Amino acid sequence: MTNRPVAYYPGCALEGTGHAYHRSTKELANALGLGLVELENWNCCGAMEVKNIDPKLQTYLSARNLAISEKMGFETVMAPCNGCYHNLKKAEYDLTHDKTSQEVVERLSKKAGHAAYRAGSVRTLHVLEWLKEAIGEEGLKARVKNSLKGLKVANYYGCMYTRPRHIFPEKDKGPGSESTSKPHFMDDLLAAAGAENVEYPLKTACCGGAHTLSDSDTSTKLVLNLLTTAEACGADVIATECPTCHSGLEMHQVRAEKVLGRKTTVKILYFTQLLGMALGLSARKVGVHENISDSRALLKARGLG
Amino acid sequence: MAEASPPFAEISARLEWIIAHDPAELAPQAQLYAAELLALGERILEAWLIAHGIQPTEAKSEGFRLLALHRQGAARDPTFNACRESCRELVYHYNLVRASSEPLQAGRWVRLGAMVALHLALFVGGKLEISGLGEFCCSSRPLRQNEVCSTITTATQAEARGGPADADRAGLQLAR
Repeated sequence: MTNRPVAYYPGCALEGTGHAYHRSTKELANALGLGLVELENWNCCGAMEVKNIDPKLQTYLSARNLAISEKMGFETVMAPCNGCYHNLKKAEYDLTHDKTSQEVVERLSKKAGHAAYRAGSVRTLHVLEWLKEAIGEEGLKARVKNSLKGLKVANYYGCMYTRPRHIFPEKDKGPGSESTSKPHFMDDLLAAAGAENVEYPLKTACCGGAHTLSDSDTSTKLVLNLLTTAEACGADVIATECPTCHSGLEMHQVRAEKVLGRKTTVKILYFTQLLGMALGLSARKVGVHENISDSRALLKARGLG
Repeated sequence: MAEASPPFAEISARLEWIIAHDPAELAPQAQLYAAELLALGERILEAWLIAHGIQPTEAKSEGFRLLALHRQGAARDPTFNACRESCRELVYHYNLVRASSEPLQAGRWVRLGAMVALHLALFVGGKLEISGLGEFCCSSRPLRQNEVCSTITTATQAEARGGPADADRAGLQLAR
């Protein structure tokens, strides 16, 4: 267990549609006594847009954030957003294995007037990995004030937390490591907080996030299937750890009812919100009121938040 | 060889029909339904392969043709790994049904397996439908590649060769 402060890279989604994730992550860290220092002058990770147009430019954008972490004296940068996490890991991989990426990052860094990031200088962690490492299940259990006991949760990880496998060399290393085929870190943490995790067969299945604008109907059908499957598994709540997935689930839950006439009642909450409430934080403090999915009645009935 | 046209509407309708049933109703025929789900999964992947000009394999991987078909698709296009876990979950549910000694539980596994298969159908079918628009996680990519990326690549190369002036002539604005 280590509780040294880490660099915090929220990324753009957490300042917009995923603000509740931003808020709950910071409040959770505070409640656990873990230090987060936001990266100074961070930039877009390159997400999908830049990556689609010029992948090397995306590598540079993510590398710049890693370079800022290094310059600020951090060995570890933590990113809660799956897209940001994925892109930082991808940049690390590209800079380790691809000479052209190194050259492009060298050239653009020089042009931008900062030192080029060198692979291996900073470790990127997802908030799930960070919590597992810094606090762990036992540490969390010891701090729980308001158990999630009786709350049935389907843990939904989305696609970018584990894919592609080769950019996550630390995963699939046996006991204690994360699995790319059946991820479990979120399950572990929520179970430590008392939640009852249901067997959810679609925990890494596509939410249609990338097609929300180009093909909304496919996205709605994909999300509807995620929601109905969670309900069939007996879940009260779908716990999320990606702002894009979370927004997609919430928005298409509404759209499925409007367009397809299919109503689902499963609630959608960030896992950081659930953990925060388990630690005794109020629903408001972890931003439940910022979610589209209104889970207040359920939480109240369970004595949470 | 499997049929040429993607049979997604028919497959989805069949899966919806199974999902609409109570596990108790599915229970007596659970073994048959489980086998059918695997077969439907194979048809989904066959449709993808055929649409990409690939002859679907008859081989098995880990004892299942479904997994071999997925591997075949992913070998050509790594982004096809985005449905790897759905295929494995489908196989897992098949095994659960086969191993289950409790009929009602087997009926539940069938229903969940059908939901997994439906996700596979929606995902692969949706991708085929809008294949002109892109890859799994990059819906605008080919459009951009055709219209914009060539300009930027040219510009990036020009800058590497002759500096900003060359790049400007080639149209590079982004990396500056």
